[in-house]
Amino acid sequence: MMTVDNRPAALPVSRQTQLNTLARREAFVGWLFVLPALLIYAVFVLLPFLLTIVYSFFKWNGTGPMTWVGLKNYVTVFQAPNLIGTIFNAFWLVVWFSFIPVGLGLVVASVINRVASGRFGEIVRTVLFLPQVIALVAAGIIWGWLFSLSGLVNEILKFIGLGEITRAWLGDFDWALSAVGIIGIWVLLGFCTVLLSTGISKIDPALYESARIDGASWLTEFLTITVPLLKQEISVCLTVTVIAALAAFDIVYVATAGGPGNSTAVPGLQVYILAFTQRAVGLASALAVILMFLVIIVLIPIQRLSRVESAQ
Amino acid sequence: MKIGRGELFVGRAFLVVLMAFTILPFISIFITALHPSGTVPGGLEWPADPQWGNFVEAFKVSQMPALVMSSTFIVLTVVPVALIISTMAGFAIGLLRVRGANVLLFLFVLGLTLPFTGIIIPIYYLERAMGIYNTPLAIPLPLIALYMPFAVFWMRAHFVNMPTEISEAARVDGATTWDLFWRIHVPLAQAPITSLGILMSIWTWNQFLLALVLVEDPTKRTMAGALGAFQGHYATDVPLLCAGTILI
Repeated sequence: MMTVDNRPAALPVSRQTQLNTLARREAFVGWLFVLPALLIYAVFVLLPFLLTIVYSFFKWNGTGPMTWVGLKNYVTVFQAPNLIGTIFNAFWLVVWFSFIPVGLGLVVASVINRVASGRFGEIVRTVLFLPQVIALVAAGIIWGWLFSLSGLVNEILKFIGLGEITRAWLGDFDWALSAVGIIGIWVLLGFCTVLLSTGISKIDPALYESARIDGASWLTEFLTITVPLLKQEISVCLTVTVIAALAAFDIVYVATAGGPGNSTAVPGLQVYILAFTQRAVGLASALAVILMFLVIIVLIPIQRLSRVESAQ
Repeated sequence: MKIGRGELFVGRAFLVVLMAFTILPFISIFITALHPSGTVPGGLEWPADPQWGNFVEAFKVSQMPALVMSSTFIVLTVVPVALIISTMAGFAIGLLRVRGANVLLFLFVLGLTLPFTGIIIPIYYLERAMGIYNTPLAIPLPLIALYMPFAVFWMRAHFVNMPTEISEAARVDGATTWDLFWRIHVPLAQAPITSLGILMSIWTWNQFLLALVLVEDPTKRTMAGALGAFQGHYATDVPLLCAGTILI
């Protein structure tokens, strides 16, 4: 390609090799830039990921010898009600941690856009975002107190005349998991609102203006402009919150520690208990693998949602 | 604009209710923290005799100075290192487009979907084998690694949108790859680097699971990790627990 006939043959060849070494050196230097990040990521994330899969095929107490048991750990997870139950609990939490905050966040963001576009909207966004700044552990402790027998939730219920349904919410077999879900809404609503609000601000205001000149109601505006044009942001919100729900640990550990009974046990917590207090490392790893698999399965349709959007 | 007064009112009332839902928990624990230590106070009842001393007490029993030191140390180890190596990787993948850039990007993005709880078990045993379990490096090393997927993805998103003319001009002036990175593109990337730094600082301060599993002494953990231990010890003393939570 470089060879030009009327020139001495030596020049293009040497120039070619020179270019080649330059390109090769550049590629080498480029890789050096990636190397530190890749190395630490490989050792502390990719390797553990593979090891979790390996552990899941063994019976191991963490110190003694490892015994190959094949798929037995997986069978155990699916047969033990207290293990498979954690997975159902995780899906119930997805409703609270993901669907409600994203849905409510959409409504809040569009209401802000319609009736509070000025400073008031800014205040609402800031206030709703506050819980996102504190540690999840702190959120767990705060709500652990609010949901207690003499806590604020029961005080309010008594105040509005619902005194007979007061209870220790986090200690109640039927209500504890949903109470944990409310903590999730509290933490994640602001995150979704801010992200979706940013998305709305990128939509051409002329669309809203013309809709309003035509006298469109909030609902029409919401369904025909806001939701369809926010697919990208909605999919980001769903991705983050679904992972937060399926992998929940901090809030549950602090607020209920899985109790009462196993009614609020989630896979993340059960993995921790199995591996670090019951020393059933193989079984814990099998549950961890199932958890990671679930996250990916749930994320695929969500990713497709944003893919469809960008294809249009 | 045709928005009826009724709708304005309903919409704003709706926002106010949600703000109350967000704020009330904070107010409630603040008031609870002022009640005498050891009592079980009601929800929003202002104490007859506010115990400001609870904060001092919580400050002492939680060994706050040691905690602040430990958390600050962890943030100061994790954030700068993670920023530098992720910016370098994002630069190489997004701007230099090294061979295999797409594979590398995929490898990192894959990590975005991995929950911490999924890989914590091998991290624990790896750290035991490497001899860094329960040392000052026990939390920072895996934490840096766990931030890489998001951090590299974030920085790459910035670099991939930089016009190539800037790099070409610098090349003509004889800049090496390092010059190009350090003297031209890092200064231009200040905004994304700053926001990434803030995010990672908050995440580190609030990291709980790693601290719980990898370090035995609560005072050598992150703030959130220590709060977990504090809760274990003072679960029955609600006002003191609330004071500790507010401090952290």
